[in-house]
Amino acid sequence: MSETIVFLIAGPIALGSALFIIMSKNAVHSALWLILNLMALAVLFVDLDAQFLGVVQFIIYAGAIMVLFLFVIMLLGVTREELLGEAIPIQRVVSGILGVALAGTLVWILLNAYDESAFGSLAGANSAGNVQGLGRLLFSKYIFPFEVTSILLIVAAIGAMILARGRTEEESASEVERHSGEDVRL
Amino acid sequence: MIGYAVSPANFLVLGALLFSIGVVGVLTRKNALVMFMSIELMLNAVNLTFVTFSKMRQNLDGQVLAFFVIVVAAAEAVVGLAIIVSIYRQKRSASVDEASSLKW
Repeated sequence: MSETIVFLIAGPIALGSALFIIMSKNAVHSALWLILNLMALAVLFVDLDAQFLGVVQFIIYAGAIMVLFLFVIMLLGVTREELLGEAIPIQRVVSGILGVALAGTLVWILLNAYDESAFGSLAGANSAGNVQGLGRLLFSKYIFPFEVTSILLIVAAIGAMILARGRTEEESASEVERHSGEDVRL
Repeated sequence: MIGYAVSPANFLVLGALLFSIGVVGVLTRKNALVMFMSIELMLNAVNLTFVTFSKMRQNLDGQVLAFFVIVVAAAEAVVGLAIIVSIYRQKRSASVDEASSLKW
């Protein structure tokens, strides 16, 4: 009963905010709508007995990642410049049609496949607690992907540092020096 | 109060609709940052589907997969934003149309 009420409130909020993300002309507004969308999804996660994921979604996504997004938007100052022109003349119409077709196909398939199915209860799997159950799975069945994830995070952190780091004056100067040195040798 | 109980199909359809909205966002927008947000939206739609299946199948594997998706999305957001920043340094624009140096 309560699950239905929560779904009927959070579901439309998620859908509406998703539409506003792609329709707002201002990138900052898009980011704020995305935060609302992520919060609605966090509520739906809790609704589906995924309490840990709900909290993680709230803290990591709506908190950390979206702050990063807003920070970059502000840093680049792309808030006012909106790029409304189309590169290909009928791009918007065609992509709208394709999007509706994709949504229709997915919904049709899902309704055909899962119309009769009902929710099971996660009470058994969550009996020791949702976090404990997830931790047990992470450190037994999914231990290898979990370890690979740590490599991924290190590579991402180093990659981001190298990509976003600007060139310091000294480096540019030394590069010029090196190039000129090569020229002399040649 | 409401003579209707929410079923897995409701959540799956919601996930499919959110995913489609994300696809349309990537196809229509030219601002690289908004395209990026649409990708985040798609990843989250998939997460919702994973969690729904987790409850349908009565085990936590779907939630573990959603957890991995969140980690990968975080790594992807960091690298993607760094790329956008470095493109902006070169082109003074966050429009994807400007980044066409590799076009023939």
